[in-house]
Amino acid sequence: MMFKFKHEALETNTGLLLVATMMAISIGGLVEIAPLFLIEDTTEKVEGVRPYTPLEQMGRDIYIREGCYTCHSQMVRPFRDEQLRYGHYSLAVESKYDHPFQWGSKRTGPDLARLGGKYSNEWHVQHLIAPRSVVPESVMPNYPWLMENRLDYADIGQRMRALRAVGVPYSINEEEYARNVKDFGPEMAAQLHIPNARESLLAQVRAGNYDGDPSFVSEMDALVAYLQVLGTMVDFSKIKPETLVKFR
Amino acid sequence: MAEVQEIPKGPQTTGHVWDGDLQEYNNPLPQWWIYGFYVTILFALVYWVVYPSWPIGQGFLTGVNTITYTNSQGQEETWHWNTRAKLLREMQEAAVQQRPWYERISQMPPEQIVKDPELMGFVRSAGRALFTDNCAGCHQAGGSGKIGHYPNLTDDDWIYGGTFDQIRETIMQGRNGYMPPFAEALSRAQIDALAHYVLSMSGEPHDPAQATEGKALFHSHTAACYYCHGADGKGRQDIGSANLTDRIWLWADVPGAPDLPAKVAQVRQVILGGVNRGNMPSWEGRLSPEQIKVLTVYVHQLGGGQ
Ligand code: HEC
Ligand code: HEC
Ligand code: HEC
Repeated sequence: MMFKFKHEALETNTGLLLVATMMAISIGGLVEIAPLFLIEDTTEKVEGVRPYTPLEQMGRDIYIREGCYTCHSQMVRPFRDEQLRYGHYSLAVESKYDHPFQWGSKRTGPDLARLGGKYSNEWHVQHLIAPRSVVPESVMPNYPWLMENRLDYADIGQRMRALRAVGVPYSINEEEYARNVKDFGPEMAAQLHIPNARESLLAQVRAGNYDGDPSFVSEMDALVAYLQVLGTMVDFSKIKPETLVKFR
Repeated sequence: MAEVQEIPKGPQTTGHVWDGDLQEYNNPLPQWWIYGFYVTILFALVYWVVYPSWPIGQGFLTGVNTITYTNSQGQEETWHWNTRAKLLREMQEAAVQQRPWYERISQMPPEQIVKDPELMGFVRSAGRALFTDNCAGCHQAGGSGKIGHYPNLTDDDWIYGGTFDQIRETIMQGRNGYMPPFAEALSRAQIDALAHYVLSMSGEPHDPAQATEGKALFHSHTAACYYCHGADGKGRQDIGSANLTDRIWLWADVPGAPDLPAKVAQVRQVILGGVNRGNMPSWEGRLSPEQIKVLTVYVHQLGGGQ
């Protein structure tokens, strides 16, 4: 290097240190934030992605509470081996309503981005209670309490309101409801309506009976409902692969 | 500044002295490290130019490379290099390499595939990978299943049939065997009698008197077991009702039960509660038709395919 720069100059001069620190931080900020302004160009225009139903959203919160993300990513990268093992690579639009997203980078267990429909509800229940009873070599912890804990959904309305505040289209009035009917169809719009949240949550539990025990609403019901919807919203048979190339 | 004793050897100090005797070492980073750091910054700059990266105006730096792939109309298309395009091309290239295999597989009926040792080598390795990724969680790594939950695929007992067509249909559509619960329709004594009869059908130990009573019930309109399991108890493959005359069990863990009361209890629990858990997912859409064909032949070969 041509010039002789000593760290002493920085460390003994508060003003200079302040300016240099701000520069370093704003470069970091720029690199991470600037691409967000282009989000319109990177989010694929693809049909099917919708916000989570109240039950799925509760399940998602349990997923985060239990720290499943410490071992599982939810992001199939566009590599051949990953596509062969897990299915189609993840699209940006698929985590449009995820706050926070669960992409992750730690894979002690497999990626879960395309999990929905791969296993039966019964398998999930058994695997979550005692993973080694179905996968003998598994190192995943047991989560038996999910089956015993009653799901506390009293605050589901507030949870949805919070997500609405950051842009998830849950509806609170007729106008927003009508917009959702247009965007997601009447059945789904009813489930995304905050004033109905508890009723639609209970209705989904009754219809799905995810944990196999109809006697009460467990945390397992919610988590399995969430796992079963992962990666199932976009119908890839209707998309030409080359259109997705254009969004990168 | 107070007079301080120079540290005779070792690292330099910054020259500051506090409190009379507190000095601060000056340990600059090694030169090689510093230059290494500058090199990474340079690398980043080059990387920004070569690969798609930095947002500019309405778009972003698209990098200097382009990549060509075939679109769904079969035409060549060129776009700036990116990982999705690269994947698309790699899949197409791999498809070209594997095409001879898959073409032969998709044109040949399974009966001929099994006779071709070269093709079977391919089926075994591709099939094992597919099976491990998709099926082993339930049917276990070797396909041996789990009694009470997932059928064994290595034996020659087939709930839905073991011909190539039947296995393919099972994998494509999924299966969901259903037997109603009899806890309310039948009395406890009737259920026990039926359990003894069911055990007698496969030559398990049983109480003959109870079994005779159970036999009458089995074929009566009250219980109507024969309707699904057949008059001979051999089951119907179209609805996946189990063959009760063989010694292979899926839902009632009879082999694992140590004595007669325990065996009766196993069968009783199935009749009481029915079966509505046997959910085999459908793989159509998740796996390609060729992959399903490979799996069909693979599963057929695991056990006694028919
Ligand atoms: C200590 C790390 C760890 C944690 C924490 C963990 N898992 Fe796992 N998980 C694994 C491993 C390893 C496997 C692969 C073996 C197996 O299937 O059990 C796995 C497999 C799975 C699978 C099957 C995936 C497939 O495609 O076969 C699911 C579903 C799953 N985990 C869900 C969860 C959920 C939900 C949680 C949180 C409640 C969780 N895991 C927490 C390590 C973990
Ligand atoms: C979620 C667990 C699960 C997964 C994953 C699964 N299966 Fe199954 N499979 C089952 C169950 C349960 C049955 C029994 C269904 C019934 O009795 O109604 C079954 C039945 C079958 C049968 C019929 C067996 C017979 O005796 O007729 C075949 C063949 C089969 N599976 C193959 C596969 C293949 C191949 C895969 C992977 C692509 C696979 N299964 C993945 C649970 C699973
Ligand atoms: C509606 C049809 C239906 C009727 C009626 C029915 N079954 Fe079943 N049964 C089934 C099916 C289907 C299965 C297997 C389910 C599966 O594998 O998914 C089964 C399984 C069983 C099994 C378990 C076999 C094993 O391998 O573990 C027993 C035992 C049995 N049935 C006994 C009876 C008796 C006794 C009756 C009369 C009270 C009866 N069933 C009536 C459909 C029926």
